[in-house]
Amino acid sequence: MIPIAFDYKKATSVDEALAALAAGGEDAKILGGGQSLLPVLRLRLNAPSVVVDCSTIDELKGVCEDGNKVVVGAGTTHYDVIKNPMVNQSVSLLAKATASVADPQIRHRGTLGGALAHADPRADQPPVAIALDAEFSIAGPGGRRTVSAADFFIGPFETAVGPDEILVSVAFPKLDGWGSHYEKFNRTAQAWSIVGAAAAVRMDGGKIAEARIGLTNVGGTPHRATTVEQALVGASSIAEVEAACAHASDGLEAFADDDADVDYRTHLARVLTARAVAKAAGLS
Amino acid sequence: MTEVVDVGTALGRPIKRKEDARLLHGQTNWTDNIQLPGTVHMAILRSPFAHAKITKLDISGALAMPNVVAAFGAAELGDLNASVPCVWPVTDDMVAPDFPALAKDKVRHVGDAVAVVVASDARSAADALEAIVVDYEPLDAVINMEKAISADTAYVHDDKGTNTCYVYNLGGGYDEKVKEADVVVKRRFINQRLIPVFMEPRSVVAAPMGMSDEITLWSSTQVPHILRLLLALVTGVPENNLRVVAPDVGGGFGGKLQIYREEILALQLARKMGRPVKWTETRSEDMVATHHGRDQIQDIEIAAKSDGTLVGLKVDLIANMGAYLQIITPGVPLLGMFMYPGIYKMGAYDFKCTGVFTNTTPTDAYRGAGRPESTYAIERIMDELAAELGMEPMELRKKNWIKHEEFPFTTIAGLTYDTGNYELATARALELFDYEGLRAEQKQRRDSGDKVQLGIGISTFTEMCGLAPSRTLGALKYVAGGWEHCTVRVLPTGKVEVITGTSPHGQGHETAWSQIASSILGVPVEDIEVVHSDTGRAPYGMDTYGSRSLAVGGQAIKAASERLVEKAAVIAAHQLECSTSDLEYINGVFQVKGDPEKAQPLGAVAFEAFTAHNLPDGVEPTLSAEATIDPQDFSYPHGTHLAAMEVDTETGKVTLRKYVCVDDVGIQVNPMIVEGQVHGGLAQGIGQALYEGAFYDEDGQPLNANMSSYLVPGAPDLPSFITDTTCTPSTTNPLGTKGVGEAGAIASTPAIINGVVDALRHLGVTDVAMPATPMTVWKTIQAAQGGK
Repeated sequence: MIPIAFDYKKATSVDEALAALAAGGEDAKILGGGQSLLPVLRLRLNAPSVVVDCSTIDELKGVCEDGNKVVVGAGTTHYDVIKNPMVNQSVSLLAKATASVADPQIRHRGTLGGALAHADPRADQPPVAIALDAEFSIAGPGGRRTVSAADFFIGPFETAVGPDEILVSVAFPKLDGWGSHYEKFNRTAQAWSIVGAAAAVRMDGGKIAEARIGLTNVGGTPHRATTVEQALVGASSIAEVEAACAHASDGLEAFADDDADVDYRTHLARVLTARAVAKAAGLS
Repeated sequence: MTEVVDVGTALGRPIKRKEDARLLHGQTNWTDNIQLPGTVHMAILRSPFAHAKITKLDISGALAMPNVVAAFGAAELGDLNASVPCVWPVTDDMVAPDFPALAKDKVRHVGDAVAVVVASDARSAADALEAIVVDYEPLDAVINMEKAISADTAYVHDDKGTNTCYVYNLGGGYDEKVKEADVVVKRRFINQRLIPVFMEPRSVVAAPMGMSDEITLWSSTQVPHILRLLLALVTGVPENNLRVVAPDVGGGFGGKLQIYREEILALQLARKMGRPVKWTETRSEDMVATHHGRDQIQDIEIAAKSDGTLVGLKVDLIANMGAYLQIITPGVPLLGMFMYPGIYKMGAYDFKCTGVFTNTTPTDAYRGAGRPESTYAIERIMDELAAELGMEPMELRKKNWIKHEEFPFTTIAGLTYDTGNYELATARALELFDYEGLRAEQKQRRDSGDKVQLGIGISTFTEMCGLAPSRTLGALKYVAGGWEHCTVRVLPTGKVEVITGTSPHGQGHETAWSQIASSILGVPVEDIEVVHSDTGRAPYGMDTYGSRSLAVGGQAIKAASERLVEKAAVIAAHQLECSTSDLEYINGVFQVKGDPEKAQPLGAVAFEAFTAHNLPDGVEPTLSAEATIDPQDFSYPHGTHLAAMEVDTETGKVTLRKYVCVDDVGIQVNPMIVEGQVHGGLAQGIGQALYEGAFYDEDGQPLNANMSSYLVPGAPDLPSFITDTTCTPSTTNPLGTKGVGEAGAIASTPAIINGVVDALRHLGVTDVAMPATPMTVWKTIQAAQGGK
């Protein structure tokens, strides 16, 4: 379909982008890789006053180290995230979840920042951010601020990024030596997650010492399964993992859609969490 | 007679498709690529309601929008608002409501066309739609088919006073015969609604051609010849002034076997405005405005003796017509009617079909058209009967199928299957599949209570294809014939034109038809051009659908090529001063037997025929021959398909682990194309079983009319298929070919679902609804376990 007419501004720096957003008002939209915005425009579900193209801003691209953190530029493509050695070494959960996104063509266009700022409940990276306590660096007219993952996701398609702001980068704590797994459950290889479970665990003497769990598409925002994380400490067998992961539905406000009603979605949350943890922990 | 030596250069070889280099390099001529000076673009306002009165329609806002040239509702369009035709009145009393190109005072499905805007560019036309004001008074939507034919219902067409389109009956002996049975098994199967997701959306360009009266209409269609005739009939444009061209067409699957309202509108507006009019649908439009397929409730009853011998079959269908009848909407269930008995012998067969109107997108042909539905029903119920009898499902099939020495065999439905060998195809399939090994693994998984259970799905199918003997079509009240035409011309330069009436949209006719002609003419494949899909260059034909093009069109190519050689032989004999019986024809050269120095190649004969300086008396100039062939009967490809299905009982997720099919499609012209057709068909049949289904809510709103929720399988979702073939040549056509375009789609759906049910039968599961989504399967397991 053909989008409704809009103004287009190509920004070459974050400041230029902010200026364009300020000029465009509430209905301005940021274009990263276009993975989500272009379908929305083509379906005429959104009529932005101006599209601010941030796809070539160097500052938004790339991965760097900052002490005990790995900082990923918001404009880094999924492909570059997946291929980055530092991400694979220290934030392997992010690499694994990102590798499950869509198909190779889209992974070469879509960006991490776009996926997080779009905050589609079905997206695969938000649960990673929430599980790992990622920190979001946001630039706005008043300067830069940092927001924790817990405060970043507000609702479906709604985040702490204001209409005049732009997500610059996301910092993930280094978890070298942790096991990780992203258990994606969908109907076809390229479909959205019905439910997904992101798990990172630190093993000590064959037992789970620490665990981080985030769930995809079990509510309006990615879900941190803290009860499970606590219950998993000390687990060393599949049976113990499954028992702990029975708590994955604790505190969930699961919703119903065509792919899963509340019962089934809740059931999947438990089963997939157990599978993700078992694989992350190397238990079989 | 000249002896033609078939050197077998081309027929049966898996040569690469002539079309592909061009297609793969993007050197294509899609309808949307056609750009004519002065073109205006059409956009269509569609109903957001399933059923509503239009109380006000004001197009003035659109007319005020930039670049808008014109806008029309039904009132403004007036007499040009022609109706979409249905050519298959299946019964004398069938209810056939009017289907105007633009809805008049009521809309009857989401996507029904309300108004049309014409602008100088497509964007302006799309923008202007939003300036049209329509007031709707929503009415009760008729969605559920059983409710539609109950007393408590609204009517899709008030003036008809019924939602029943027709009731069709066949047979009648079942109720008496069933008394002989020891076991009767009844099931209700739902053959869900599907969308024919072709890759290239529909597109049409209609253009008045200069100062002549001709209008050329390019359309992404499977049926340029039928389209030309029907457009002429419904619009009044003289047929001789109308040329229809189907340029490169990116798939159809039956979805482009149609005359669409958008084609009517483009033609009418091109006439009215005297300018080229273009329209290309969006995918969102496609999913509500292109006809849908399947959508039947199937009540199936099968009766047998305790030893498994079949006694009879009773079929009671409710078939969804949608809101209107399109080209063959009512006939689709009847194309399956004769095939419910499948490959089995039985004593009685009753068939009843009730066609029902609902406030949904009209249905019509979709890959297999009627036969996938019948094959699904018989192959599913055979597994259920086997379970009831405690028999191995393949043994039950073997006990009842027609044995190879019994062909030709007239079935209980009245068809005569000419040839086949079910034993051979099945033996080969079982071997390739490692049937015994997988059965052993299945037992082991059951015994150990494995989370992932294994099931084996069987489908021993046959289908009828090669539409169709014209007399048979007449007996079924279809208003056209089923013949096919070919003209073969050798040009003065020696190049050959094979002018066919078939209309490929991905099948590879240019290659396969060249191979047939090459095998007779002895001319290299690359020197043969297949001319098709243009009523100006290939005026006679009945187009491509129903796996007919080779089985029917191929005969015409063969006959025309042979006639051409006969004529050429007369000329060559005259030139070489001998009689035709002294000639033999080898690799495109006539030579005198025993004196190979005296020879004349076909190209030289063609040049003689062109100059006509020295032709024998009574022989007309130019070298061409034609044939129009009415098929003597259908052909009946068959095969054995086996699917190994893994079901994760914890999540309900189904994985197709292994798929083996051994198809008997008779003589193959190009085995590579055959294999490609099988692969594509399998993907679509598996799509129905596991992924696809178009659903509405009770108000008639489509629930998944987009490609992020109407899921079609992609390559990562499918295993590498293991395919093989056997060959019992068809005796109903001289090439011995059958048909392969629909076989994979027909056979695979029941194989998949039989496999899923087989994996779960020990848990108490006796059926799984399609598509077998993870939630559906999980809920089915839960229900069966709860019921224990």
